[in-house]
Amino acid sequence: MKPNPLALAFFALLPVFACGSAWSQLAGEPYIHDPSTVIQSDGKYYTFGTGGGGLISDDGYTWHSGAVRPGGGVAPDVIHIGDRYYVAYAVGGGGMSGGHASKVKVMWNKTLDPKSPDFQFHDVGVVASSNGVEDCDAIDPAFLYVKGHLWLSYGTYFGFIRMVELDPRTGKRLAGNKPVNVAIDMEATDLLYRDGWYYLLGTHGTCCDGANSTYNIRVGRSRNPTGPYVDNIGIPLLRGGGKLVAAASGRHIGLGHFGLLNLGDGVELFSMHYEADLDRGGRSVLDIRPLLWKDGWPVGGDHFEPGTYEIQSERSGGALELAVDFVRMNNGRRRGWGPPTGPVTPIPNQTLAQDSEKWPAGNIAVDINDYMVRPHQLWTITPVENAGGYPGAPYFKIAIAGTDRALAAAADGEVVAVPDFTGAPEQLWRIDELIDGTYRIMPKAVPNSAAPAALTAIGASTPTLTQFDPKSDKAKWSFHKP
Amino acid sequence: MFNEGLKMKTFRKFAVMGISALATPLLLAAQAPGFRHAPPDAAAAAAPRTLAPYFTPATSRSKAPDADGFLQRWMLLEPIVKPNRTNIVFTGTYVRSAFNAPYFPDQFTVLPHNGDKVTVGGQELAWHALDSTGFNVKLFRFAYGLNKPTYGVLFWAVTIVNSPREMKNVRLAAGSNSASMWWLNGEDVADLFDDRRMVMDDVVSRPLTLNKGRNVLRGAVINGPGMSDFCVRFVDANENPIKDVTLSLP
Repeated sequence: MKPNPLALAFFALLPVFACGSAWSQLAGEPYIHDPSTVIQSDGKYYTFGTGGGGLISDDGYTWHSGAVRPGGGVAPDVIHIGDRYYVAYAVGGGGMSGGHASKVKVMWNKTLDPKSPDFQFHDVGVVASSNGVEDCDAIDPAFLYVKGHLWLSYGTYFGFIRMVELDPRTGKRLAGNKPVNVAIDMEATDLLYRDGWYYLLGTHGTCCDGANSTYNIRVGRSRNPTGPYVDNIGIPLLRGGGKLVAAASGRHIGLGHFGLLNLGDGVELFSMHYEADLDRGGRSVLDIRPLLWKDGWPVGGDHFEPGTYEIQSERSGGALELAVDFVRMNNGRRRGWGPPTGPVTPIPNQTLAQDSEKWPAGNIAVDINDYMVRPHQLWTITPVENAGGYPGAPYFKIAIAGTDRALAAAADGEVVAVPDFTGAPEQLWRIDELIDGTYRIMPKAVPNSAAPAALTAIGASTPTLTQFDPKSDKAKWSFHKP
Repeated sequence: MFNEGLKMKTFRKFAVMGISALATPLLLAAQAPGFRHAPPDAAAAAAPRTLAPYFTPATSRSKAPDADGFLQRWMLLEPIVKPNRTNIVFTGTYVRSAFNAPYFPDQFTVLPHNGDKVTVGGQELAWHALDSTGFNVKLFRFAYGLNKPTYGVLFWAVTIVNSPREMKNVRLAAGSNSASMWWLNGEDVADLFDDRRMVMDDVVSRPLTLNKGRNVLRGAVINGPGMSDFCVRFVDANENPIKDVTLSLP
């Protein structure tokens, strides 16, 4: 058999693809374009992309190729209804200077695991289309299943974004259903429903131009799934409106193709691709970041930024700290309160050496107390390499700044600071930003316990690990620069 | 599995994608299976082209702005061919240069009539007096309806804004696909540069004065592969649309 020249080229270049570049948020090889909603099937996370195939992850943090999606085409979406995973994708359209005849196709499968004996895609057929002349280019489909109705949006910058309704039992277009124009100036739409509002998100700006892509994600909302959708200042999406959800930042350019990953308990994430991850050679990559909600609008959050912080309880406002003797700082008190009579010189912060002189050598209990910017209250939070993660993020080490003394879950379900970080599961922390901007903090494991537990201020001054209560401020935390 | 034959195709697919990651994204688009752009539906493409339902002939003496103040009456020149495969070139420098190039005599002062013709680059182009049926002026549909080039094009537009009194502190609010410039009584008042799509009230001018009587509003819009379009209105100091002007033709 003659060697396939493409195969030779592919394997010759494989080391280039396989070698890591600078640190990026998702681990593995999250290379994809136009990712679908991230969805779980048989214990794994899946997302599909343009061209076919897609990515799989065991934990939502480390991603590899391997998802299987036949049919080719562009910008798929996926939804789980009953025992079916419906997948929609488009073929034919998305051209520039023409090329707008397109078909949105739907198929379904019982599982997304290609190794499962149940893995078999069943074709439903075409559910929407554009003839290449009308004011629409039927690409970039997106599903929404709410109150028994299955909606599908589609379209791109050529003409209108349209909405149709499908039968959730079959995936087919409802008989007699007509498309409704709902927006312009966007592609890669996505649909959300929350508190009586339907949200239409779309990607504005320019695609497919690497580090010069102006892609950004915007939103409008309506009480009705077929609109009219308006943004936060009342500009209709049919007139180019849209409130910003997320745009370029740092080393990530060209955000597009929003997808919701709702983990429950007030933790919502959104998936997207960057047209260019500058740390990965400007390639198109998947990312997953927190989604916040403010005044009824979705707001794209950012990855947790490693650094040194006060960890503040939302219950009492106190700071997580080592339960050690308070060491007084020299100076600070004077007789009287009049103006200085001599030079004014700054007083340095208390040093770690001053504060830690009498700390015990072994485990130290942790409590919550008034924040005084003291070393025993400052925690350096850093991602831990090769320790896995959870959707969108790695596990973190939380250690007293300037030391290796690490926060850890204890065998009795309490919280301690161990003298040295070893990377044991009870010393690895998951930090989830909640939709209100506060955080849930959970250890990867609690010794001798299988129940998930979250850091909780059970008393104004007492932290513990217990089942997370999303309705209570006791289990919510915020991070503040010293 | 959908099709066993896809196994080999899938491998080729990923090989192409891998190589394309080092080349241009458009290469991926061209090579991935199921990604080739389909030709338009034959019947739709062969259907007679008209300006309806996007435009009607402007025949009445004058026309008021629509309920939101958008200006719907325009003299539109058939598109000048200005090839651009991409809109990323539409920097301010490029667009100013493109619009300042001499295409036809008196292009910044002409007050054309319906049917007047100019010759640009050997092409005879006509002015059309039209009323848009929507808030926006769909230049793509103007060109398509007349069987003219729709991509890689430059449009000129002129209208007369009649004001019942002098109006100070008004602003021109414009949106366009893609780049555009707007002149009020010969003065450049709004510039929309870079690759952009039409958003209402996208760029808003500094405070202007509408003269009592006639005011000439002229615009130029340029586009490469996109769907050319614009929307324009005047707003007052409180950002409310100005609706007590009328539009007429030269």
